[in-house]
Amino acid sequence: MSRTHINCIVNGEPIDFLAADATSLLDALRDELGLIGTKEGCGTGDCGSCSVLVDGKLNCSCLILAPEVEGREILTVEGIADGDQLHPLQQTFLEGAALQCGICTPGFLVAAKALLDANPDPTETEIRYGLAGNLCRCTGYDKIVRAVQEAAVKLNSTSKQGV
Amino acid sequence: MQYVAPTTVGEACSLLADNPGSRVFAGATDLVPQMRTGRLEPSVMVDLKRIERLMSVSHADGRWTVGAATPASDLTHNVEFTTMHPGISEGAGLIGSDQIQNRSSLGGNLCNGSPAADSVPAMIASGARAVIAGAGGERTVLVADVVTGPGQTSLSADEFIVEFEIDDPPANTGDAYLRMIPRTEMDIAVVGAAVRLTMDGDTVSAASVVLGAVAPTAVRVPDAEAALIGSSLDDDTLAAVATAASAACNPIDDKRGTIEYRTQVAGVLAKRAAVIAAERAKNGA
Repeated sequence: MSRTHINCIVNGEPIDFLAADATSLLDALRDELGLIGTKEGCGTGDCGSCSVLVDGKLNCSCLILAPEVEGREILTVEGIADGDQLHPLQQTFLEGAALQCGICTPGFLVAAKALLDANPDPTETEIRYGLAGNLCRCTGYDKIVRAVQEAAVKLNSTSKQGV
Repeated sequence: MQYVAPTTVGEACSLLADNPGSRVFAGATDLVPQMRTGRLEPSVMVDLKRIERLMSVSHADGRWTVGAATPASDLTHNVEFTTMHPGISEGAGLIGSDQIQNRSSLGGNLCNGSPAADSVPAMIASGARAVIAGAGGERTVLVADVVTGPGQTSLSADEFIVEFEIDDPPANTGDAYLRMIPRTEMDIAVVGAAVRLTMDGDTVSAASVVLGAVAPTAVRVPDAEAALIGSSLDDDTLAAVATAASAACNPIDDKRGTIEYRTQVAGVLAKRAAVIAAERAKNGA
């Protein structure tokens, strides 16, 4: 089985690793790099629990072959906090109890970050459509949607203070 | 399995010719799940996304050229393209989640050969062409002539689609794509209907009607087109469009929809898509 040497940037850090060509990015992150925040749900691109950003774009890491990310920039859930300071989405998910079992949560956080990066002030409908690729079997989504709305308010007030 | 990422069309052609059992891919949103279940065991996976020509969208000389591996989101976020070809953009924008649309491509959606492929009916209705590369050079065929049956295409094993050519629509032309699924998002079409109309005032002067998910391949409906041309989309015309669309159906029965349901809904969607296409044609969309 051929293994390829892959160079990429993960959560801001240049990194290199070896992986068999058929390895998914998801398995490479978890097994080669020890970044086990990203979860496998379905493994077929339906549930979104393995969501990561690749060059800023939301993707299912289970559908990506590890060698594809040569030279690319990956952001996983481990990279969305600022050091010890949780990202506003992580804060509002915690405060609003927008999770139960937690398996889907890393994917939701990454997908919600991608949504708010592209659309800082989404409507509820836009949030629901924007997160339609992420499945949660516990919460019924309502608390997740509210947590994203609250994070949007926090982020917008922070950015206004910055100006 | 070996992974390779050529950077030129010629290099990709050589890889395919030299490696029996190799497969090209773009988003791999269908290929990777098939590999994981063992249904597909390619010897070499040829990633087309490092070839610039396959990853670019451009507009020149009265036509769009869309790289076959370009992610759907690059089209749906392209305002100029979406304004000119709203039906194609609507179809591309219905393929799975944001995660999927950042990977899925028009080339993959077409060559996967699914009768329910959402981006295909509007491409056929727009007369889109596929530029196909192989060991023998390049050839151009109508998108309508690529898929020959479920999972089957007219491409040989060493060929792949490089790009699509989509001519600018004539003046006063509009198109639309509608699909029916049992829920609001994230499902496979039970019926898809694309209609493109050119209007002369209130009268239809040209029409294309293409249905998806109701036959082994996407199908044109010449009887619906004939009913539309010369009409002003009155109730009798729309009823004739619906009847013709339903008559063109040869669908499967599955958990998403029965034969009767798909057949009836095809008529309803064809009518509704025609009305939207006519509005867009009049509004200069």
